[in-house]
Amino acid sequence: MPLNGLFSDHFSPGNCGAASAFLFQGSADLPIRTGPALPLPQPFSLAAIMPSIISVANLSKTYGSGFKALKNVNLDIKRGEIFALLGPNGAGKTTLISIICGIANPSEGRVLVGGEDIQTSYRKARSLIGLVPQELHTDAFESVWATVSFSRGLFGKPKNPAHIEKVLKDLSLWDKKDNKIITLSGGMKRRVMIAKALSHEPQILFLDEPTAGVDVELRKGMWEVVRGLQQSGVTIILTTHYIEEAEEMADRIGVINKGEIVLVEDKTTLMQKLGRKRLTLHLQNKVTSLPESLAHYELELCDEGATLVYDYDTQGERTGITSLLGDLRTAGIRFNDLDTTQSSLEDIFVDLVRTS
Amino acid sequence: MNHRAIRAIYLFEMARTWRTLLQSIVSPVVSTSLYFVVFGAAIGSRISQVEGVSYGTFIVPGLIMLSVLTQSIANASFGIYFPKFTGTIYEILSAPISYFEIVIGYVGAAATKSIILGLIILATAGLFVPLHIHHPVWMLAFLVLTAVTFSLFGFIIGIWADGFEKLQMIPMLVVTPLTFLGGSFYSIDMLPPAWRSIALLNPVVYLISGFRWSFYEIADVSIAVSVGMTLAFLVICLVVIWWIFRTGYRLKN
Repeated sequence: MPLNGLFSDHFSPGNCGAASAFLFQGSADLPIRTGPALPLPQPFSLAAIMPSIISVANLSKTYGSGFKALKNVNLDIKRGEIFALLGPNGAGKTTLISIICGIANPSEGRVLVGGEDIQTSYRKARSLIGLVPQELHTDAFESVWATVSFSRGLFGKPKNPAHIEKVLKDLSLWDKKDNKIITLSGGMKRRVMIAKALSHEPQILFLDEPTAGVDVELRKGMWEVVRGLQQSGVTIILTTHYIEEAEEMADRIGVINKGEIVLVEDKTTLMQKLGRKRLTLHLQNKVTSLPESLAHYELELCDEGATLVYDYDTQGERTGITSLLGDLRTAGIRFNDLDTTQSSLEDIFVDLVRTS
Repeated sequence: MNHRAIRAIYLFEMARTWRTLLQSIVSPVVSTSLYFVVFGAAIGSRISQVEGVSYGTFIVPGLIMLSVLTQSIANASFGIYFPKFTGTIYEILSAPISYFEIVIGYVGAAATKSIILGLIILATAGLFVPLHIHHPVWMLAFLVLTAVTFSLFGFIIGIWADGFEKLQMIPMLVVTPLTFLGGSFYSIDMLPPAWRSIALLNPVVYLISGFRWSFYEIADVSIAVSVGMTLAFLVICLVVIWWIFRTGYRLKN
C-alpha cells in the first residue's frame, strides 16, 4: 500500500477543515542519525549520561528472497528509558526486534545487549531480555500458571512462585491462573504473553505492537503496567502503529522506514523541533480577499472567508503573531474568536515517512 | 549448561504426552495387540517355527521396533513442528539456551515416550506369547539407541516440514515400508537370495536383527554390524541437526 494513500487522511496540506491535521512543513535539518554505534554525547540530555543497554551497529538483514529488511541500522537504547520505534507496515520493526532477541540471524553487523554480543555471548545477552511478540502465539491447552512457569524455566531461573504470583496479579490474571489459555479472551492472551516475558525478571522488555487489537480501556491499563515496569528499572522498547501511544509513553522516539532508521530523538525535543502551531482566527465578517498589507504573511482564507489560518514555527525567533494582529487591525479585519493547535507526533511521523 | 531449560522443555513435552494419553499410549498398545491376535494366534498357529522359535514369539521384537520407530519419529517431529506451526517457537529461539540443549529437551522427551511405549508393548506381548530375553541389557541398549536415533530423525523431519502433509509423508511413505520390509514379521533368510541382497540395503533390517538377537540370539546379520549401522545413522542425524542449527535452516531465516 502506498504510504501517501495510507496516511492521506492525516496528511492534508492546505486543508482548512482538518484543524488538527495541518501540514508540518518539513524542517530542513532533520536529525538523521547515521553515525557510529556508540552514543555521541548530547549536551543537556539525561540519556547521554546513561549507558546504552542495547547497541546496534551497522546491522543489515537480507532475506533469502533477496528482500533487504534492514539496511545498515545503527541504534542505541539507553538504560531505563521507554523507546518507541515507529514505522509503517513492513518498515523492519519486527525484523530488528527479532534479530536483537535471537529469533532471526543478522546478515551483517553487530548487536550488544548489556555489553554482551548477541551471537558470541547469547546466553548472557538473551537472559536480560523479555519479548512480547506481535502475534498471539500461545499454547492453547496449557494453563496460565504452567505456561508462565515454563517461560521462567526456559530462561534458566529457579522456581519462584511468589514472583509468578506477583506478575499475574499485576496483570490482573491471578484469577485465571488455572484456566487453559484457549479459554481466554484476546486481551487476556496478550497479558499472558507479557507475563511470560516478565517471568524471568528481564532488564529489557520488547513489546511488539502491545496494544494492537486491544480496546481503549485495556490499552490504558497496559500503559499503566508499562509505566510501572519502567519505574522498577526495566528498559522498554515498544513498536506501535498508534502514534498516540508513543506520544503518551515514550522518552525517545525512533522512526524506521524501508529498513532504515530515519530519526532518533527525545520525544519532547522532537515535538519542539519539528512542531509547528496553527493560529485560527474566526472573523466577524467574511472577507473574499486579503489586502496587500498582509501579503507577506503566509495566510490562508478558509470556510469561504470566515476563518483565517496562520501557521508558524514555535522555535522561530519571532512567531509573527503580534505584528500580524496589529496589521489585521490596521486593515480593519476583526475577529471574534481565535484558537491555536499544535502538530501532533502523528503529523510529524507521517511527514518523515513521506519524505524518506 | 542451562539444565533448567532442558528440564522445562522435557517436562512440557512429557506433559503433552500425559494430556494425550489415549492417543500416545493406548492406541499403539491396542494396534500392537491386534497384530498379536492376527499374526500370533490366528495366522501364526499355522506357521511353523522360525529358527526354533514359535512365530508369535518371533515377531515380538519386530513389533516393538515397528512401534518404537514410528512413535519416535511421530513424537519428535510433532514436538518441534507444532511450536513452529503455532508460533510459540519464538520463545525457544529467544531463550538463553543452546541448540544442543533444545535437542536434549525435545529428543529426550520423544525418546522417553517411545521407550515407555516399547516396554508397555513388551509387557502386552508377554500376555499373548511366552517370552524369554537372553540379553536384557543389550535389549535395553538397542531400545534406547533406536528411540534416540529415530527421535533425532523425527526432529529433523519436524524442522524440515512446512506443512502437516510433509510431516506425515516421510513416516508414511518411507519409514513404514522400510519397517515392514525390514524383517518385522519374517527372517530375511526366508527371502529368495536376490531379495535378500536388496533387503540388506534397508537400515531397519539391522535394527530389528540386533534387537531380535538380544531376545533369542538369532540374527540375520552379525550383532557388531547391527550396532555399527545404528550408530552410523545416529551420527548422520547428529550431523544434520548440527548443520540445521548452524545455518538456522527453516528456523531463523
